[in-house]
Amino acid sequence: MAGKRVAVVGVGQTVHRTARKDVSMAGLVREAAQEALDDAGMAWSDIDAVVIGKAPDMFEGVAMPELYLADALGAVGKPMMRVHTAGSVGGSTSIVAAKLVAAGLHERVLTVAYEKQSESNATWGLSVPMPFAAPLVAGAGGYFAPLIRAYMYRSGAPRHIGHLVAVKDRRAALRNPKAHLHIPDIDLKMVEESFLLWDPLRYLDVCPSSDGAMAMVLGSEQVADASSGPVAWVHGMAMRSEPTMFARRDQVNPQAGKDCAKDVYAQAGITDPRRDFDCAEVYVPFSWYEPMWLENLGFCAEGDGWKLTESGATGPDGDIPWNMSGGVLSSNPIGASGMVRFGEAAQQVRGRSGDYQVELKTGRALGQAYGGGSQFFSMWVVGNQKPA
Amino acid sequence: MRDVAVVSFAYSNVARDASHNETEMIVPVLHEAVAQSGIAHDEIGFVCSGSLDYLQGGPFAFVAGLDAVGAWPPVRESHVEMDAAWALYEAWVAIQTGEVDSALVYGFGKSSPGDLHEIMALQLDPYYVLPQWPSMVDMAALQACAFLDADGATEKDLAEVAARSQRNAQENPNALRKGNVSADDVLKQPVTHHPLRDADIFPITDGSAAVVIAAGDLARKVSKRPAWIRGIEHRIEGHGLGVRDLTQSESTRAAGAAAGVANGKVDVAELHAQFSHEELILAEALGLDATKTSINPSGGPLAANAVMSAGLVRIGEVARRITNGAADRGVAHATSGPCLQHNLVCVLEGE
Amino acid sequence: MTDVFTAQHVIEYPGGYTRSVGPVIGRFLTGLRDGRILAVRLADGRVLVPPTEYDPATSAAVAADGDHWVEVGPRGTVQSFTWVSQPRKGKHSLDKPFAFALIRPDGADTAMLHVVDCGSADAIRVGSRVAPKWRAERTGSITDIEAWLPLGDGEEPEPAALHVPADDEQPVTGITVPIRLEYTLTAGIATTRYLKGLGEGKIIGGRSPSSDDVYAASRGTDPKSGEATSVEVEVRDTGVITTFCVVNVPGLSELAPEIPYVSAQILLDGANNTFFGLIRGVAVDDVHMGQRVKAHWADELKPDHTSIQWFEPTGEPDADYEIYKDYL
Repeated sequence: MAGKRVAVVGVGQTVHRTARKDVSMAGLVREAAQEALDDAGMAWSDIDAVVIGKAPDMFEGVAMPELYLADALGAVGKPMMRVHTAGSVGGSTSIVAAKLVAAGLHERVLTVAYEKQSESNATWGLSVPMPFAAPLVAGAGGYFAPLIRAYMYRSGAPRHIGHLVAVKDRRAALRNPKAHLHIPDIDLKMVEESFLLWDPLRYLDVCPSSDGAMAMVLGSEQVADASSGPVAWVHGMAMRSEPTMFARRDQVNPQAGKDCAKDVYAQAGITDPRRDFDCAEVYVPFSWYEPMWLENLGFCAEGDGWKLTESGATGPDGDIPWNMSGGVLSSNPIGASGMVRFGEAAQQVRGRSGDYQVELKTGRALGQAYGGGSQFFSMWVVGNQKPA
Repeated sequence: MRDVAVVSFAYSNVARDASHNETEMIVPVLHEAVAQSGIAHDEIGFVCSGSLDYLQGGPFAFVAGLDAVGAWPPVRESHVEMDAAWALYEAWVAIQTGEVDSALVYGFGKSSPGDLHEIMALQLDPYYVLPQWPSMVDMAALQACAFLDADGATEKDLAEVAARSQRNAQENPNALRKGNVSADDVLKQPVTHHPLRDADIFPITDGSAAVVIAAGDLARKVSKRPAWIRGIEHRIEGHGLGVRDLTQSESTRAAGAAAGVANGKVDVAELHAQFSHEELILAEALGLDATKTSINPSGGPLAANAVMSAGLVRIGEVARRITNGAADRGVAHATSGPCLQHNLVCVLEGE
Repeated sequence: MTDVFTAQHVIEYPGGYTRSVGPVIGRFLTGLRDGRILAVRLADGRVLVPPTEYDPATSAAVAADGDHWVEVGPRGTVQSFTWVSQPRKGKHSLDKPFAFALIRPDGADTAMLHVVDCGSADAIRVGSRVAPKWRAERTGSITDIEAWLPLGDGEEPEPAALHVPADDEQPVTGITVPIRLEYTLTAGIATTRYLKGLGEGKIIGGRSPSSDDVYAASRGTDPKSGEATSVEVEVRDTGVITTFCVVNVPGLSELAPEIPYVSAQILLDGANNTFFGLIRGVAVDDVHMGQRVKAHWADELKPDHTSIQWFEPTGEPDADYEIYKDYL
């Protein structure tokens, strides 16, 4: 990885719910930030800079919210930035914050991502009807479901694969008290009998809409070495983007995702992701995106992702657990969801994942986020050992 | 720190671009900046932009921007929902890590399709202030009133700023409001937002800007006289107007000190003063002496102010004067938020 | 191109944003509902109004209860003001000219932004004494104070009409904030060209100058190169379904047909990009990848997206997968 060493020295996360009616927007982000500071053993005054991220401002009707949140997040007199890269934003915000340390500019950076979707409605916020644009008559699921069908066609995956992921991630969430959805009796039958929304996607194949926030304190090598608790070292981080639509675009297995993975693996010395990671936290908002991203991220050959899922390899007892936290299928505060992936990966290698902790063998984990029309990607690799 | 320089700059402003969508508006500016840079499009290491969904009137404005970039094969790319001066900061940080050696930075936005002054109320405290809908100009006028009351400056001082801006702008093809006017001419106008006149308030502008920055040897290779970034810093203040000292800009002072403004002479300064009084507050915070420093020779934001790119334009305008030899050292400033809440200062220098 | 299309556009979340306010803002707003201005004393002794959940200087948490809560005002002093000669209908609470001012209530160390109803710009200055004019019906909102009124020397403020709490009245936990923004948006050159074509029963795309790729309904560039698709090309109104989904979600759009319906990605003959279209004229279960389709045009053509109402099967043999496999 380019630059100086960076580590996650504190992580904080709110409880995710359909509507966090008990807090204001500032209250929501402060809940996550305070927990991250406490975890890092720091006070607001210890922080050098603050980087926040979230998805479109129209969700909450607050433009450029770093302005309103500056004093709420301890940024007065400090540099503050606001990143927005669609669904990948939680990941890219983490990366922008980490680069401030990697560049040698700061010792301690607080980064926070959030969404308070209950202020409006995600379906409205994502697709404000615009004049002249072709009318979206099928919603967000209507954008991704055809790509899932194309994946099934290409790979020959049977129809139940997505449902397996829907069950696996919801069962995982039962061990995560902060997850939004807790469905104790979730099983394949319940998913199969849930309402068919966008064939092949059923209701339980789709993520919820959540209020929530995630925060991390990123520290320099010196700060990490002085930390009393375990830290997660950043071994690699990368972002890639490609346009929404262009001639002969592979929308199922986008090149930007493959390039991003290749870059981040090269930085971290990952040659076989299935073997080299203990687990991964990957942005899976629709169940089928697990097998699709297994291939995009090189955990298996193209066309074999569904076989990996079907084999149970990505489950809690498999050799490469994905989304032990319950994933986006169990909590989706959109602008924060990417940082939740990055932060949950860090918590795993720190051994801080409580009831959903994986066994650490390689001590490394992947965090991934994507957004837009599967076109914006951000990833990082974290590990419990200091990178070479 | 790696040496990083601005090696090319292009921008375009119009009062109302009713012909092009945002993507079409950006294309010529982006392509000009890349062509001027002397760096092949596919060798530029990083792309970063600044835009605002609420100007476009719908979510994901930056996605339309990407269609103008030529992002294939996939690019290392990021976006801030901030003025593109902060996109330049992010790109500069990426170069500092050593990950890349160059970056394309752009910002764009149309202020004319909606009521910009009203839209910017959405930046304000959503519980106590937005429900009352003070406009962007109302907020600035509150600061101007407090400043004049405390500082001893007068409306004549504001008019001097406004008039000089219009005179300087006569040389600038991208300026919208220009003319050989005097402070007395300005003072003849009515006060529209006590204590401000229309001439004290930036004109509504649609536009975009693009800059290419490059590190060390690459910058020297492609530019005869790179404009080196000697310091770039930004600081934010608290949000509530009632808790801030509106008569000065503490965040600008801190950013300017950290960026090293005082470490040498300042031939030129481009300040993102969208209202006349802001220039006086900023010049004081940066310790600029108007007899030694040419302030806003482009005409500044009072001549044209395309929101989301105007801060980046300040950096470009200073860099251009260094590259063409008109100046040796200069200061660029960008602002964000109500009443100069968030400020970035960039010190540029030729070799 | 001089006749580029423009259209009116409104952003307005129906019913307004539903803001939960948390305990600190909630207590202040509950105070306003009661006819009182509440403030908090910070650790350094300063009295902050309106209160935030955090000390604005140190970010330390401010507790929602305790003896650091004090009442300030009702008299206050104008610290700064500006004049609004043209109130904004539906946004400003007064429908006559007024001042926005930063007002420091007596007993507070900070100012709050609010409205002063003083008739003319000459009737207010820095240092003016003002007092709140309370609304009779209060809901727990910053606008429960209708405006502040000038207060002459020795004059007593008008007291708030008594608020008699209902037995089951709860503290304020949320507010609803309507936000309506209006725009005049521009289609741009490429989209106008495309829409005009639709009005003539044609699908007009653009070719990028340095590639053979043709884009219909793009933003005006070849996104791979960023070049303007300046060369006008007509593409056919027939094509192939590359992939699709069956939609069972009602109410996604006013234009959506009754569920279930099919939304498909369609690769038009002569174009190099896919776009979304409705599939009708065939049973939902009979739609499949590779199916050849043709645009169903409206009886009355208009230069907008309604001219192509849907696509329907042509009955031709399915396209070979090789033809569209690179467009998935």
